[in-house]
Amino acid sequence: MLTYLVRRFAILLLSLLIAAVVLFVLLRLLPGDPANALLSVGADAVQIEKAREQVGSNLPLWQQFLRFAGSLARFDLGTSFVSGKPVIEEIAARLTVTVPLALMGFVLSILIAVPLGILSAVKADRWYGGLISTVSQLGIAIPVFWVGILLVTLFAVTFRLFPSGGFPRRGWQNEGQVLYALALPVMTIGLVMGASLLRYVRSATQDVLGSDYLRTARALGASFPEALIRHGIRNGAVPIVSILGIELATTLLGAVVVERVFALPGLGSMLLLAIEQRDYPNVQGVLFISTLLVLLIGFAADLTQRLIDPRLRERAVGGNA
Amino acid sequence: MTGTIIGFGKTAGQTRWARGATLAATTLALALSSSTAVLAEDAKFDPNASITIGSLYEPQNLDNTAGAGQGINEAFNGNVYEALFTLTDAGDVQPGLVAEQSVSDDGLTYTFKLRPGVTFHSGDPLTATDVKYSIERVTAEQSKSSRKKSLATISAIEAPDDQTVVVKLSARSISLPYNLSYVWIVNDAAKDLNASEDGTGPYRLDEWRRGSSLALIRNDKYWGTAPTNGEVVFQYFTDATALNNALLTGAVDIITSVQSPDSIAQFKDNPDFTVTAGQSTTKELLAFNDRVAPFDNVKVRKAIARAIDDKKLLTSIWGEYGTLIGSFVPPTDPWYVDLTAVDAYDVESAKALLKEAGFADGFTFKLDTPNYDPHPIVAQFIQSELAKVNIKVEINVITANEWYTKVYKAHDFQATLQEHVNHRDIVFYGNPDFYWGYNNPKVVDLIKASEAAANTDEQTAQLKEANTIIAEDAASNWLYLYPQIVVSSSAVTGYPVNGLNSQFFAFGIKKSEQ
Repeated sequence: MLTYLVRRFAILLLSLLIAAVVLFVLLRLLPGDPANALLSVGADAVQIEKAREQVGSNLPLWQQFLRFAGSLARFDLGTSFVSGKPVIEEIAARLTVTVPLALMGFVLSILIAVPLGILSAVKADRWYGGLISTVSQLGIAIPVFWVGILLVTLFAVTFRLFPSGGFPRRGWQNEGQVLYALALPVMTIGLVMGASLLRYVRSATQDVLGSDYLRTARALGASFPEALIRHGIRNGAVPIVSILGIELATTLLGAVVVERVFALPGLGSMLLLAIEQRDYPNVQGVLFISTLLVLLIGFAADLTQRLIDPRLRERAVGGNA
Repeated sequence: MTGTIIGFGKTAGQTRWARGATLAATTLALALSSSTAVLAEDAKFDPNASITIGSLYEPQNLDNTAGAGQGINEAFNGNVYEALFTLTDAGDVQPGLVAEQSVSDDGLTYTFKLRPGVTFHSGDPLTATDVKYSIERVTAEQSKSSRKKSLATISAIEAPDDQTVVVKLSARSISLPYNLSYVWIVNDAAKDLNASEDGTGPYRLDEWRRGSSLALIRNDKYWGTAPTNGEVVFQYFTDATALNNALLTGAVDIITSVQSPDSIAQFKDNPDFTVTAGQSTTKELLAFNDRVAPFDNVKVRKAIARAIDDKKLLTSIWGEYGTLIGSFVPPTDPWYVDLTAVDAYDVESAKALLKEAGFADGFTFKLDTPNYDPHPIVAQFIQSELAKVNIKVEINVITANEWYTKVYKAHDFQATLQEHVNHRDIVFYGNPDFYWGYNNPKVVDLIKASEAAANTDEQTAQLKEANTIIAEDAASNWLYLYPQIVVSSSAVTGYPVNGLNSQFFAFGIKKSEQ
């Protein structure tokens, strides 16, 4: 297990390094000068040159990369060209919106997907079993922003039950207000992610239902629910955990779109603004931190699977991980 | 010139007006009497109301000398920071922190007496040293203010006593009071103006939540008339639909500038909202690179102007809103002349001009088109219009950032589309090094002379002449002037409708009691 952990961690670091290089190169391939973010029409040559010096875009590419790599090595994400503030500060502030949003959306999607997924597998022959799986298909086909717009039109504009967007001024100083503001965004994520998760839960449950061990358990006298809880869930959980990892990462990225629809000051809106303004340190910072989060989620999912299923651990000791 | 009021609120007495036959007359009278929305003026208002203003222009830092900043001007000009002079919403320059001024006979020395009893939000009194410091911040070498150049004639600033500021110029500058209207007077002892403030305005900064909102609270020690509300919160949006929904659901009271005519429909015939169309200063422009062939030929530029039906373009983009202009000067500038008749739409004469210029069979050019609204649509419209006179347009879509590098800095283009937002920016045509490369020595002289004019009448006359020449030369094609559309809940009144230089004075906003 320790060898596995060390190796897995090394892969994580390597992935981050590759991500950083790719990010840097891709951003510099785009036409235009980042110094433009600081200027407006009417700026003269002296001001333009000053701005280029300030953001470092007057330097050759390799020098810019060395600067970037150097600051990353010091865990420093740099300072924003536009606001002059440390990138990490702004990201930290934005994470107080994005992380709760993604997590709540994720939990809601599990609350929707697990019971309904199991139900639709167990009761596949009933009308509602079929209905659930049809509706979930539909859920996958609809883009997340569309669900957001529908919810806004219905619950905000028509019924006035929830706000259509925005984040309370005092933020988390007033939790009630935040939860109220996040209600529709969380619902949007929960519904969309729940629909796709539901299908995995359904097929994992179907596998378990058709398995030999379940039949054996029942032959030994266990009732159907007993057999399902004692043997089915643990076996079914392994593939579901890996899907959950992927889903959580997707939720985080889905939050980017949802933040725009609901005007939430999260990581996603920061990224979009930074791209518009060509604020390289902010773009790099946000993408780097999101990459890190996604990699960490994958790491956690792998680990959880191993804890649930001893067979995976044995294989890891055998060197196949 | 002031705004025209289009929608009517539900407030007592007004619904009848809206339906009455006197609608047009009343609207005109209201529009002429004031530059702000004056509906429900007599209704009871809540003096401590919190006004939420929805905007798409979020400031990136709180200092307007630190970089481009439409958002910060909107929130802070006149609200948090004040200047020696104020540009009113109607386009007039009036004394702000200046109580008296005198100008020497040669026009090179301005003496300003400051208003007594003014204090900064921190409690420090306003002194001449603060004023000197504030002007020097804008003209300093490291300043990134786009207006820096217009203050270049200032050779020295003296503060002989606490209440007196003497500004010495190297050349006459009749626009000095106007130019000083965007120089914020800040406390010289203030630190970190990027993230905090110390101004003299009717509001002080309460809280700034980056990415979300900026709250201003009433300054109870304000020297002037107290605001008619208790606090103002600018709520920022990146998506226009989200902003409209916020107004529909009552989460914001006012949208400072509606950018899409389609969204107006849902507010227009609804008594809960007021739609106001004012005069913006944003001009949609087809700019040529006047240095390169074939656009170095006046006849070609005029032919293109005549081949494009501006009216049809404006209507297809903005419906009933917006204004046609025949030059770079909007009606709110003192030197406005109606030049829409110069090179008016006339396809036959366009063809004739092209033939005279030696392009009877037309030609092909590349149009660098910024990738955001409305430019791509405008480009396609121009493409189909010019096809009628055998000119082939290749549309080259670029980002705003590329535009800045390629067109603005490197002058590497044939023709481009762009919007220019400011008041009084005709002076760009007096600079032959500007991106469009228009160079008419007569215009250069007139614009230079106008700045050295002895009085505003002389200045106005010279700029009117320059304006007319620029139009006759078809230096660029001025397609239309954007409307400035403000939409509000009918519970609020008293906001500016023209938004000149991105200002949005909040101190006169009233919200009726609920």
